[in-house]
Amino acid sequence: MTGAPADMENPLHRLTDEQIDEIGKEFQAIHDEVYEDLGERDAVYIRSIIQFHRRLAALSRVVLMASRYKPAWVLGTAGLSTAKIIENMEIGHNVMHGQWDWMNDPYIHSSTWDWDTASPASAWKHSHNYVHHTFTNVVGKDHDVGYEIMRVDPSQKWYPHYLLQPFYNVLLMAFFEWGVAVHDLDFEAIRTGKKPKSQVKDELKEIGRKARRQIVKDYIAFPALSGPKGWKATLAANFTANIVRNVWSNAIIFCGHFPDQAYTFTEEEGADDRPGAWYVRQLIGAANIDGGPFFHFMSGNLSFQVEHHLYPDLPSSRYQEIAPRVKDICERYGLPYNTGPFRRQWGSVQRTLVRLAFPGGKPRKKAPPYEAPAPAVEGNGGAPDGNGRATTERVLASFP
Amino acid sequence: MLAAARALTTPLLPDDYIELMNPMWTTRELRGEIVDIRPETEDTSTIVIRPSAKWLGHWPGQYLRIGVEIDGRRHWRAYSLTSDPNHPDGLISVTVKHVPEGKLSPYFTRKAEIGTMVFLGGVEGEFRLPYPRPEKLLFISAGSGITPVWAMLRDLAESGALGDAKHVHCCTGPDDFIFGETLRALCEGTDGYDLSEHHSKDESDHFTTDHLEQLVPDWRERETFLSGPPAMIDAFKEHWEEEGDPDRLHLERFQPVIGGEGAKAVGEGGTVRFRVTEVEGECDGKTPILECGENAGAKLPFGCRMGICHTCVGKLEHGQVRDLRTGEVHGEGGQMIRTCVNAPEGHVEIAL
Ligand SMILES: Cc1cc2nc3c(=O)[nH]c(=O)nc-3n(C[C@H](O)[C@H](O)[C@H](O)COP(=O)(O)OP(=O)(O)OC[C@H]3O[C@@H](n4cnc5c(N)ncnc54)[C@H](O)[C@@H]3O)c2cc1C
Ligand code: FES
Ligand SMILES: [Zn+2]
Repeated sequence: MTGAPADMENPLHRLTDEQIDEIGKEFQAIHDEVYEDLGERDAVYIRSIIQFHRRLAALSRVVLMASRYKPAWVLGTAGLSTAKIIENMEIGHNVMHGQWDWMNDPYIHSSTWDWDTASPASAWKHSHNYVHHTFTNVVGKDHDVGYEIMRVDPSQKWYPHYLLQPFYNVLLMAFFEWGVAVHDLDFEAIRTGKKPKSQVKDELKEIGRKARRQIVKDYIAFPALSGPKGWKATLAANFTANIVRNVWSNAIIFCGHFPDQAYTFTEEEGADDRPGAWYVRQLIGAANIDGGPFFHFMSGNLSFQVEHHLYPDLPSSRYQEIAPRVKDICERYGLPYNTGPFRRQWGSVQRTLVRLAFPGGKPRKKAPPYEAPAPAVEGNGGAPDGNGRATTERVLASFP
Repeated sequence: MLAAARALTTPLLPDDYIELMNPMWTTRELRGEIVDIRPETEDTSTIVIRPSAKWLGHWPGQYLRIGVEIDGRRHWRAYSLTSDPNHPDGLISVTVKHVPEGKLSPYFTRKAEIGTMVFLGGVEGEFRLPYPRPEKLLFISAGSGITPVWAMLRDLAESGALGDAKHVHCCTGPDDFIFGETLRALCEGTDGYDLSEHHSKDESDHFTTDHLEQLVPDWRERETFLSGPPAMIDAFKEHWEEEGDPDRLHLERFQPVIGGEGAKAVGEGGTVRFRVTEVEGECDGKTPILECGENAGAKLPFGCRMGICHTCVGKLEHGQVRDLRTGEVHGEGGQMIRTCVNAPEGHVEIAL
């Protein structure tokens, strides 16, 4: 399936064995230090976000009972969309990664959490936490490279059905949660018999059960509460909220690995199991999105996709703090630190999806080694860094 | 009604929203409020707790898992219940000895205050009096190991079933005897209960099986309950295995070991498939699932490795497991099980 030769420009091939070892140790040291430091303030953070989500969701549902009045519809739909986004991204994805397992709270735990989306927790944990995060961007092993239906990297073999990719891409955006649910079944594993039939059966049953509950909730129970005059408006509101959440999460997730800057890897490259090599693959296989605190929050801090991939088990709220230390490693070892504004990252993903619908295609130019911005000149309040991202303090200070 | 509410709150539970109003209203996990802290000795205190729901009772000698949040992390430890199972106000208590380097015991003996909220896990433990009550009993306790023995003695005394009970308690001195005053008074006033104290400062004069031969020559005829430090338990267990009837020796270990070398297999064992990490392992009847997974190369979560903290839980997707502490076979699909104290019984699939 891979066929394509390794990209010799890939920094993996430039680093010496000693450097790879040192990089592994340095990244691990950051992990251990932050993990050791987790405590009260982190626990307070996730609990308040969970509480905020539940209040917002409950409030939006109540407002939507009056959805046949336009302002209530708009307000309720906006609230519910926001609640669903927070629940899926900053809470669900991260809790199910085990980022909060250290608290040993049985109700904020990867083993018990379920989220407000079509995909059942256990299948998702396998395909995302395990397959995608272990074999990140290894073409042929990471099924998130194009989700088995899209060609997002020129080294993927072209088939005629990819011609339709720009069209079903739009469908996937709108119905992303269902795409993910089906994708998690892992057709590759079913085809090759790696997944026992009993498990496939359980998972299908689980998807059915989950889908039924989700549909009953959003399209029957809550509309019913709005009464005979309001049910249609509430149904439309819930449908809209689900679509908004789907489009947004699809956009953020696609920006995580498919922008031009991110590297993909051959199976040989992916087989290098030295910790340092794994860290470098995570680093250069992911891409961040610049933005302010609100943007990072609404993207579940997946705008720090690089940090998330280096440390999938550290709480998302710590990624922003870790970022400067990651950049520092990048600078010292001449490694790229992929990031860019949302418009650029998303635009390059969409262009790739259109271009690679057709045969051929060449890898795009990758980001150069990271360089720290010139130190701030005294008096100007600190310049934004080389990638256009102002420091956290500056962003926070800019809030009213 | 509940089902209708669930349809609205899925994937969360109605409880998740009710809890927003008052954390003590939750019904899915038992919590408790500390209502009294009573010093017993220099380094030991009894913690009295009011559970958030009606106390369903326990057998004297059983223990309760208690969880406390310290710096964002919830820690669990087991403590033998020292309260009357039928306390008129529904209160429960545990009695905690300060372990200087410890995490939780210093919290209870030094930090905790009246009003502090704690988490209450399930009541567990096989260390309890059999029915019908044995005629002749022997209790051997040391240090904080007195707690479950105390609970049994009080129960026997209250129901007038002490019969012929001998009790040897070991501690460093008269003042170090937890519940000493009450037990001495019980000994004074009760014919059937005979208490001996053994005071020792260090290993050279610890209570040994030789002492026992002299003090209670008819120990073989007695149903015996022993609760003390690991070395003492090991020595007495060996003595019973060699010279007595090990089935009549009941043990409580505060630092237990599950599975491993000394354990005897109770079940057939089986195979385990870890669905998330795609690892498969094989277990004999005495190896916990956790160990079996680790041997097969899976990276699995764990804490205490003795069934107390629940860090190791995974969702059972298929099959049944055997609890290595009780030998009981249990488990149904979707149940959370502790991998550190359960072995598979046939083929098992787990979402870890
Ligand atoms: C079934 C059961 C019943 C128990 N009942 C009681 C009880 O009624 N009263 C009570 O005080 N404790 C009881 N314990 C012990 C209790 O659960 C804790 O282990 C104890 O309080 C120490 O916890 P910690 O967090 O302070 O120490 P940890 O932080 O867990 O351990 C710190 C250090 O102390 C050592 N250590 C652990 N436990 C002990 C101990 N008991 N004595 C000496 N050193 C130790 C550890 O090896 C470690 O090095 C019971 C334990 C079990 C398994
Ligand atoms: S209960 Fe503590 S590790 Fe299993
Ligand atoms: Zn992830």
